[in-house]
Amino acid sequence: MLQQAFNGLVGGAFYALLALGLAVIFGMLGVVNFAHGAFYMLGAFGSYVLLDSFGVNFWVALVAVPVVLGLAGVALERLFIRRLAPLDPLYNFLFTFGLALILQDLVKREYGVQSQPYPRPALLDGTVDLGLFTYPAYQVFVLALSVVVCAAVWLVLTRTRLGMIVRAATERPELTRALGIDVGRWVTPVFGFGIALAGLAGVLAAPMRAVNPLMGADLIITVFAVVVIGGLGSIFGSVAAGFAIGLVSALGNLYVPALSQTLVFILMAAVLLWRPAGLFGREESLS
Amino acid sequence: MPSTDPDPILRVAGLSAWYGEARVLREVSLEVGRGEIVTLVGRNGAGKTTLLRCLMGLHARRDGTVTLSGTDITRLPAHRRARLGLGYVPDDRGIYSTLTVEENLTLPPVAGPDPWPLAKVYETFPRLAERRGFPGTKLSGGEQQMLALARVLRTGARLLLCDEPTEGLSPLIVQQIGGILREVKRQGTTVLLIEQNVHFAATVADRHYLLAEGRIVESLDNDEMRAREHELLDYLGI
Repeated sequence: MLQQAFNGLVGGAFYALLALGLAVIFGMLGVVNFAHGAFYMLGAFGSYVLLDSFGVNFWVALVAVPVVLGLAGVALERLFIRRLAPLDPLYNFLFTFGLALILQDLVKREYGVQSQPYPRPALLDGTVDLGLFTYPAYQVFVLALSVVVCAAVWLVLTRTRLGMIVRAATERPELTRALGIDVGRWVTPVFGFGIALAGLAGVLAAPMRAVNPLMGADLIITVFAVVVIGGLGSIFGSVAAGFAIGLVSALGNLYVPALSQTLVFILMAAVLLWRPAGLFGREESLS
Repeated sequence: MPSTDPDPILRVAGLSAWYGEARVLREVSLEVGRGEIVTLVGRNGAGKTTLLRCLMGLHARRDGTVTLSGTDITRLPAHRRARLGLGYVPDDRGIYSTLTVEENLTLPPVAGPDPWPLAKVYETFPRLAERRGFPGTKLSGGEQQMLALARVLRTGARLLLCDEPTEGLSPLIVQQIGGILREVKRQGTTVLLIEQNVHFAATVADRHYLLAEGRIVESLDNDEMRAREHELLDYLGI
């Protein structure tokens, strides 16, 4: 059971990285990024292609792929999202949704729907003795790195002036502008950063999950549930809910396997009935 | 009774604004002289809040010109206006729950030649010093209002736009806010104030504009305001 709980936390690490990106993007831009799963998929494919075609190893991909995808996110925000932002939110909703389908199909056309193999990096091929059980070293690395990344983001958000501006702009974008902060200047890097986090999650997923064009679409629905449970726009809530949902669904899988696919959504419905703004959401944010 | 300042800090000419098809401001023109406290009085829905939002650059559908100290700011985005010395205190006080009291104070960048140092803010508002590490919205309503005022004073803004700072507060706190506004005026800062409390308006302000259905219908000085207090109270429906 402990091992299953640990599996859950590792799964939760992916939810947390993806939900964190979605939450900062939603908070700062008011955009629900439906293409987030597609960028996760591109992260995994990016590292696959780098290794398969160019012999570039995992460690380089771990840095290079998120950086490249982050820059792609910057371009995307500048060229499209920014122009659609003054219109009804539905336009960016449709745009990111369409973009996800296009990216998925482009990858499908090139590589088909079958899963591509990606070996674990040699350094992390073994197991680690965690006292009560041994565990694959790679999974331990994924969990540790994701905790470090989430903690680093948390520190930046709570301890720096940049973090203060992001929190303020997330809570009250219009007022923050009226107080003399050029919110628009921070929107592009925040969007790029959110996309880079999705790319990072994708690179991390490549050695332990099936690398195929639909891997993002499958995962992102659950991540949306995670963000809603944590409280839309709540950065802390999205990370906490990410790990918690990973844990709950792994344990659910163990005890009530029949519910493994639906448990998250039952939880989401229950949380919404109890706290309509999510666990860490603010009631005002609904109005 | 218009401003007698030949070089007013704020000049608004032919300002109109719309919400969808509905026109909520009609050709509003007004002036505020340096160091004056001027109030906007009017019923709910008269367009007072929309007027302040237009001055701050927060209302997209508008027409007319706004000049700040001789600079045409009509087309400037909100953050540039703030940096030119407009200090905005919104009707809901605009205190961030995800920022501490001190972060709420230090968020806006300095925007004038004579900003209040944090030490002076804390000396004037000791309660804010005591609670500097608390989330901004953990303060009481009156304390939040003090925080909203202190926040724009710390930037050194030259013209404060205050949207009903006394609304819903106890008489004691209203008095304190009056004291702060007089102190601010002594320093030479200008205030454009939305105020429903006619009596309070007459005690702190120099002049008053009466707004009805999106138009400025009258401009009054303090004596006229006092003489017509009952009539105005009836009119405002308070």
